Amino acid sequence: MNSIYQALAKRQGLVQILLLAAAAVFPLLVSNPYVIRLSILSGIFIILSLSLNLLTGFSGQISLGHIAFYGIGAYTAAILSKNFGLNFLLCMVAAIVVTALFGLLLGLPALKLGGYYLAIVTLGFSEIVRLVEINWMELTNGPLGINGIPKPALFGIKLSSPRAYYYMCLLLVVLTIVVIRNILESRIGYALGTIRGDENAAKFMGVNIFRYKIMAFMVSAGIAGLAGAFFAQYVTFIDPTSFASDQSTLVLIMVIFGGIGSLPGSVIGAVVLTLVPELLRSLMEYRMLIYGVVLVFMMLVRPEGLLGKINFKHIRQRCTAEPPDGKEGS
Amino acid sequence: MVLQTKEVVQQFGGLTAVNRVSMQIEDGQIVGLIGPNGAGKTTFFNVITGVNTPTAGSVHFMGEEITGIPAHEIVARGIARTFQNIRLFKNMTAQENVIAGMHTESQANLIDAIFRTKRHRTETLACEQKADELLELVGLYAYRYELATRLPYGHQRRLEIARALASSPKLLLLDEPAAGMNEQETADLLEFIRRLRGMGYTILLIEHDMKLVMSICENIYVLDHGELIAQGAPEEIQSNPRVIEAYLGKEG
Ligand SMILES: Nc1ncnc2c1ncn2[C@@H]1O[C@H](COP(=O)(O)OP(=O)(O)OP(=O)(O)O)[C@@H](O)[C@H]1O
Ligand SMILES: [Mg+2]
Repeated sequence: MNSIYQALAKRQGLVQILLLAAAAVFPLLVSNPYVIRLSILSGIFIILSLSLNLLTGFSGQISLGHIAFYGIGAYTAAILSKNFGLNFLLCMVAAIVVTALFGLLLGLPALKLGGYYLAIVTLGFSEIVRLVEINWMELTNGPLGINGIPKPALFGIKLSSPRAYYYMCLLLVVLTIVVIRNILESRIGYALGTIRGDENAAKFMGVNIFRYKIMAFMVSAGIAGLAGAFFAQYVTFIDPTSFASDQSTLVLIMVIFGGIGSLPGSVIGAVVLTLVPELLRSLMEYRMLIYGVVLVFMMLVRPEGLLGKINFKHIRQRCTAEPPDGKEGS
Repeated sequence: MVLQTKEVVQQFGGLTAVNRVSMQIEDGQIVGLIGPNGAGKTTFFNVITGVNTPTAGSVHFMGEEITGIPAHEIVARGIARTFQNIRLFKNMTAQENVIAGMHTESQANLIDAIFRTKRHRTETLACEQKADELLELVGLYAYRYELATRLPYGHQRRLEIARALASSPKLLLLDEPAAGMNEQETADLLEFIRRLRGMGYTILLIEHDMKLVMSICENIYVLDHGELIAQGAPEEIQSNPRVIEAYLGKEG
């Protein structure tokens, strides 16, 4: 197994290009709309789990209410495009900004709270958001939801074929990966790493914990909001059931399944856990049972998740450098 | 004067952990802080580094008052520290730990990071290079890609020093740097601290290893039950009856 990781780590660039190429030609080879739809759904969950991983995995702040940001992004885009006729790109930007502000709002109590308390606060937050979605009729149309959300168009050209949506989604996924990776590889990533590792030691590195926790919340929320905005303009109908707290749990499971603190892990987790229930559809009522068993089995065999302890950067560095003393390295 | 504390008091409920301690450290000095267990040495470090705001008294660094300033700002002003119980970042390699210590040395913001601007790239390269130099300095260059937790204990202590040096501090606070080290490692550490002085660092160190303290510190402060019971050159301290009593009293 180690040699597989080493091989992958050494050829990381090539692997990424091949994966991207495969994702790019996929809709040209497969035209089944159901498959394309599933792929887009996987893409949305990839974005959601990556953004949650940034917050929980890389900054050590548990959130059980991540789907609330997704919902806020979706409603923001839906209302702006339907009621104000805003261009879909602007809707997405607006969704990012609005959710990032809600991220700020939720991040503030997070500074005083940690661990379980934060988990409860985030859960409560997502319930409040859901109740607002259900009850604020004038804004959200309540349980009836918002339908007829305009489909995206650019320069008068409608981008509403399944393939167009697929490529848009792929673009957003790539964008999310690049943005999060760039943040993590910068001094901000190091600062978040110190907070995750040992908050009490972090401040002696000169890290302003307040600032970086808030930043993690805002960026993470903004990206989830982007996913929501895309979702709203894709399905063209949203209602509060899409943003219930079981969806938050699902995203958290994807992150844990793939490995806390692993970006490739989140991608794999999101894809696998979106597809498995669909593949098991023919088994009807046994579907969720099998799903549960797979998860329990996974946590027993590999509690850190698929790639939780696999850091490709470290593996690559170690294979390219000479081992210390020739004995210590592994 | 690099550091000056005036009548610093730190109380925890009814307990006075540090009681009216005044200290002066001149540029380029190596100063020792000793005393029996529970004397208040670490607590005194905590006051200087901004963990606690002292109940009374003041702390001045490079002529400016820093009493009650948050810890991360004190680092930026030039005070770095190590910890009595090692606190390296577990999921980071040796090199990453040192780079983490350079937070105040770089400026890149979120926009720089996301778009990988020139500023971000130059800083990143500079940080990596500086980290490697520091690892070289403490003799851990060959281990730069190893997870910090996989290093032997003595190496971890040195890595903590490298990480503290990463912020280019003026004043370095070492909390029991020789704890848990064998004789050879302690001798190496002594040599290393001398080198640091040669490089212009000012050092305040807490240490139980008397041989080490007596051979490198030019000025020693002795705490007992939070009180400063003696201060002076190593020879004076060694023959000071109050110091001897404090140590023997504890052991007896
Ligand atoms: N945050 C705190 N809250 C309450 N009491 C504290 C706190 N920090 C330290 N103390 C108490 O203050 C006293 C001094 O502790 P301190 O750790 O400063 O001693 P020390 O001189 O560093 O001892 P050692 O040589 O064992 O490290 C102890 O009685 C300790 O229990
Ligand atoms: Mg101590």
